[in-house]
Amino acid sequence: METFVPPVPSRINYINAQYGLKSWLLTKDHKRIALLYLGSISFFFFIGGLYAMAIRLELLTPQADLLQSTTYNKVFTQHGIIMVFFFLIPSIPATLGNFLVPMMIGAKDLAFPRINLLSWYIYMLGGIVTIYALLAGGVDTGWTFYTPFSTTFSNSYVVATGLGIFINGFSSILTGLNFIVTIHTMRAPGMTWFRLPLFIWAHYATSLIMILGTPVIAITILLLAFERLAHIGIFDPAVGGDPVLFQHLFWFYSHPAVYIMVLPGMGIISELIANFSRKNIFGYSFVAFSSLAIAVFGFLVWGHHLFVASQSVYAGMIFSFLSFAVAIPSAIKVFNWTATLYKGSISYDTPMLYALGFIGLFTIGGMTGLFLAALAVDVHLSDTYFVVAHFHYIMVGGTLLAYLGGLHFWWPKITGRMYPEGWGRFSALVVFIGFNLTFLPQFVLGYMGMPRRYHVYPAEFQVLHVLSTAGASILGVGLLIPLIYLMWSMRYGKVASGNPWHLPGLEWRTQSPPPTENFDYTPVVTWEAYEFAPPEEMEVVGKFRDEVAEKV
Amino acid sequence: MQTSWVPFVPPSASTLSGKVDALYFYLSGVTIFFTLLISGILIFFVIKYRRRNPYEIPRPVAGSLKLETLWSVIPFIIAMTMFAWGAQIFFEQSRPPSNAVEVYVIGKQWMWKIQHSTGQREINELHVPVGRKIKLVMGTEDVIHDFFIPAFRIKADVVPGRYTTLWFEATKAGRYHLFCAEYCGMNHSGMIGSIVAMEPKDFDDWLSGSSSQQSPAVAGQQIYETLGCVSCHGPKGEGGRGPALAGLFGKQVFLTNGQSVKADEGYIRESILNPQAKLVAGFGNIMPTFQGQVSEDQLIQILAFIKSPQMQGPEPSTAASPVPAAFVAPTAAATPAPRR
Repeated sequence: METFVPPVPSRINYINAQYGLKSWLLTKDHKRIALLYLGSISFFFFIGGLYAMAIRLELLTPQADLLQSTTYNKVFTQHGIIMVFFFLIPSIPATLGNFLVPMMIGAKDLAFPRINLLSWYIYMLGGIVTIYALLAGGVDTGWTFYTPFSTTFSNSYVVATGLGIFINGFSSILTGLNFIVTIHTMRAPGMTWFRLPLFIWAHYATSLIMILGTPVIAITILLLAFERLAHIGIFDPAVGGDPVLFQHLFWFYSHPAVYIMVLPGMGIISELIANFSRKNIFGYSFVAFSSLAIAVFGFLVWGHHLFVASQSVYAGMIFSFLSFAVAIPSAIKVFNWTATLYKGSISYDTPMLYALGFIGLFTIGGMTGLFLAALAVDVHLSDTYFVVAHFHYIMVGGTLLAYLGGLHFWWPKITGRMYPEGWGRFSALVVFIGFNLTFLPQFVLGYMGMPRRYHVYPAEFQVLHVLSTAGASILGVGLLIPLIYLMWSMRYGKVASGNPWHLPGLEWRTQSPPPTENFDYTPVVTWEAYEFAPPEEMEVVGKFRDEVAEKV
Repeated sequence: MQTSWVPFVPPSASTLSGKVDALYFYLSGVTIFFTLLISGILIFFVIKYRRRNPYEIPRPVAGSLKLETLWSVIPFIIAMTMFAWGAQIFFEQSRPPSNAVEVYVIGKQWMWKIQHSTGQREINELHVPVGRKIKLVMGTEDVIHDFFIPAFRIKADVVPGRYTTLWFEATKAGRYHLFCAEYCGMNHSGMIGSIVAMEPKDFDDWLSGSSSQQSPAVAGQQIYETLGCVSCHGPKGEGGRGPALAGLFGKQVFLTNGQSVKADEGYIRESILNPQAKLVAGFGNIMPTFQGQVSEDQLIQILAFIKSPQMQGPEPSTAASPVPAAFVAPTAAATPAPRR
């Protein structure tokens, strides 16, 4: 039995391998591209967050005192567009996915490194076009762009914004393509499908949705632009068109899009729960297949956004049934994650706190989705704050918490530094409290009848709005703190070893930060997913310690 | 079921409110139960199985097909109860009763225009009697809006190019919120008003008290004359160069392409704005379009006229038969036209 020798951080890694702006802007390294995405996504999240603050501040009082109605309409529209298209959809796949997919399967890079870089440039181009549209005057149609308001009545920058989103869609498609090919063809020897981390299964399912769904929104935006510019009558009934057709086309993508937003988060949660209880996920294959089931069923439920939109009663019933069915795979995941904790060895590190928060908040978000799947109740709740609360529970309570948990978990791998654990736990708590105070009152507001997208409202709703705004301020603080300490840690954080958490995943079997080729040699996988062993056995991949020391 | 004493719930003021609230309470109960269950188990496990030794590795726990089946099937069954209950109420509510009193609603940026069959017009307010079934026939002049009455638990979009309907029966007199619930531009938050439910006696007082205006059916008849509809459809809607309109509403119509459609509100509206879309069998393509010449208000009025009792006709109109009604002798009013 060899003695356990802590590894010496190598001086050459993907960050310092080459210096200079060109080496970053023309990189083919998936890890550098992930960092490029991390920077731009954080920027857009910040912009979207500013819009959110403006909304909550205006809604403190029943009257219009902060913003004019035209401005408010642009603010909520732009909050939605930025958050959905420029933050939530790319966030986990483009940052953590790009960084980790090759590493977790034992590959040197993704299948198409140049396409990966291209996807970032496309994202930036889409972002620049959209920011131009915002600065030029903004868009006020709601992120859903319903016709005929968006085609015929809005006097805002609909086509420019649409163009930005259209361009951005290709970034999504290329990322998905890259992941699918990589996962199929570049797994290391011994890495069979059922030894894959569940993060990979989740990203595989997400990539399927990305490549099949995104083209639909692309075409829908084109049709919208043609209608607006040339009035050719696709959506205008006066010329033989159908305004509700737009809704079908739009939601055919935008419903699967919400699964693009949440599936990668679920992948992260599987990693966090397994790793921080030091056990394999209970029901591994059920969790893996449930990701695929969600991806497939997610394409069959779009009509639940049209229950009160003059869709036929019978179509409504079918979509309602399918919407209940799509909830079941998610429930299976929640039960399996909970069961994983049974007889585990659980530590309370920041990533685990985020994972536990996710499970609770995603349960609430998912179950309030059932209210909206139930036809008669949805008639009352449609277009009220209940819907707003429901989707924020999933997107913020779910995806954002998973993203933060993952960011903290893999931070030492990405940067070679640890974040300050005390601050991490503190801000996780602040985020959790702030989030619930913001959105729990909104369920009540919704059932009471408070409609969405209102910037003045009857006085009886004010108390709940004040609570919500108070929560939003706390949430904002809770999100600013990690911004500060994560940046601080890049310079002053404790240096991290290759495997600071002592975990079996392949990404931990190499130094932190990794070398450009990820591994010094191709790993050979002989263990199952999440198969824990003593730390010294998880330090080195497939080689004796002294052989590796020789190579380094 | 009166739920006005329950906080966090709007007034329960229609025959539907109690049913929707009951399902809502069931959904809330199940949600709270599972949330507490999962959170409780999470907290319990996280404390009981906290790491005590930095190097401990727990024994891997094999999965359990029994558990997986249990927690797939039970949630599915619960989900199906929710689906069935919601669908049942929804289906019941989707069919307006045939004896409902009709009120016409036109949404436009940014107000609701209401027209009672008796002639009263209202802006952003709808007076209704308690205990009577009311059916709203709704359209819009511009963009999609949504007519939302939280106290009645109902809403429906109004969509350009078609009519949508809602029906309700108020159970409690009072003034209730009316909201537009589909974003429609600048003053979306201002497109609000009230539903005023009144005891039948008070409602009758209101009806006679408010300035009596022309009923929409009478206004519709005037448009029918001024726009020249009489020249093809006849002064009493008996038909001529064009199909008869008397007795048409609600009947099946045979078209030139062999299909048959029901002559409902949408059909009438479309035939005025886009006559070529559905040509009645046996008639030529000679009706001009009135697109741009009639407003949504006027279309409602023509509709009201065609649906009015005087236009019901003593016999099924010849629109139901493929044979043209042309060349019916003036004395045909006394003698039924020959059937082929």
